[in-house]
Amino acid sequence: MSDTLPTPDPAAPAPAATAPAGELIRFDGVTKRFGENTVLDRLDFSVEAGKHVTLIGPSGSGKTTILRMLMTLTRPDEGTITVDGRRLYPAKRREVAEVRKNIGMVFQQFNLFPNMKVLRNVTEAPVTVLGLSKDEAEARARELLELVGLADKCDVYPSQLSGGQQQRVAIARALAMRPQVLLLDEVTSALDPELVAGVLDVLRDIARSTDITMLCVTHEMNFARDISDDVLMFDGGKVIESGPPERIFEDPTHARTREFLGAVL
Amino acid sequence: MNWDWNAVAEFMPHFWDGLVVTLQALVLGSLLSFTLGLVWTLLMRVPTRWVRWPVGVFTEFVRNTPLLVQLFFLFYVLPEWGLTFSALTMGVIGLGLHYSTYTMQVYRAGIEGVPVGQWEAAKALNLPLRRTWTAVVLPQAVRRVVPALGNYVISMLKDTPLLMTITVLEMLGEARLFSQHAFEFTEPVTVIGVAFIVISYLASLLLRSLERRLV
Repeated sequence: MSDTLPTPDPAAPAPAATAPAGELIRFDGVTKRFGENTVLDRLDFSVEAGKHVTLIGPSGSGKTTILRMLMTLTRPDEGTITVDGRRLYPAKRREVAEVRKNIGMVFQQFNLFPNMKVLRNVTEAPVTVLGLSKDEAEARARELLELVGLADKCDVYPSQLSGGQQQRVAIARALAMRPQVLLLDEVTSALDPELVAGVLDVLRDIARSTDITMLCVTHEMNFARDISDDVLMFDGGKVIESGPPERIFEDPTHARTREFLGAVL
Repeated sequence: MNWDWNAVAEFMPHFWDGLVVTLQALVLGSLLSFTLGLVWTLLMRVPTRWVRWPVGVFTEFVRNTPLLVQLFFLFYVLPEWGLTFSALTMGVIGLGLHYSTYTMQVYRAGIEGVPVGQWEAAKALNLPLRRTWTAVVLPQAVRRVVPALGNYVISMLKDTPLLMTITVLEMLGEARLFSQHAFEFTEPVTVIGVAFIVISYLASLLLRSLERRLV
């Protein structure tokens, strides 16, 4: 970066030297193997700031791995990953932590902290990581819990909530860190069918009302169609087709996409 | 064999003294074993083997040698190196150290039982490693280990009479001392036997209520 300031001004546009205007996430030649199995094969793709991108494709096609690499839960074997013009991989540990601050993730299994009440699940990181005062963090947490329809559940433990409610808390918890990027990893896959709609409605709201960049792995094709600006179809460790949802869903060009959509729709 | 209530009455003041010492040894020994065990567990997770290796060897050694031998070592050998403490202090250290090599295994299982998703969620929220341990992992691990730790407390209670051998006058020590003077064995030994059962039972009740509250 040519910038002389040690910390970039968040209001300033991404440095033009490293990224085209608006580009937030970039994968260059990223390869990931698990043993003999190549999950991602020299993958290139980028996501513009504020876009909602859905990754679809058969299981084992590496969609979740992409989210996990962005959250630095899994390391790629080769290639580079850049977020907002800053290197996430390869990079030094401290720089990684700095970049990671802008990324939030919601997991398939919710992963709420069972030893903390709902409110503290949402305030824990803002207080300890962002340095917010307890009052500030709680006010914000209550707002977010209101947004996900759980304002009355602040003082219960996660185990007292349904799966759908837990997932909505997990969404509030991720948003409390004010991430630029929200990663959604099959967030409705572990839910009973009747609880799915509530979670998806919350996410639709967030997609509509914020400028947060969303990367979403899902099998809910209607949801993908609703919220996505772009859909990436994965197969065999590569993006085989991408485009706006109307085109991908109505008029897929690739035979594998047609086959996949035929099976899930 | 005659049962003499007068002998019981005569023994009781000594019994209370012994009971206090037994409970002191038990409570302090337990606290020491809980703390040290956690220290061993955490040290065994340090990335450098230069820490893990000595800790592993030392705790393996302590776990696999008899507590009685360790007590003798603490009480009779250490003073030769200029380390002298009271007999009870040495007894507490002996019990605590010995049992810490068991509690460390309990903690390890407890920590490994915390789902990997909890670590991942903490990382996704950018929680520092130290905070992840203190706020997320350990509170969940402790909950899991309470039953097993409680069993070791009861086990330790039953090992407290070993302290008699290093001159600590806990319950058995008091009973033996009394017997040697009064030539009455049945009553003092029976009294402390009953006392051990009562303490074990109360401890297990306490433990069960603690488990219910935590789960």
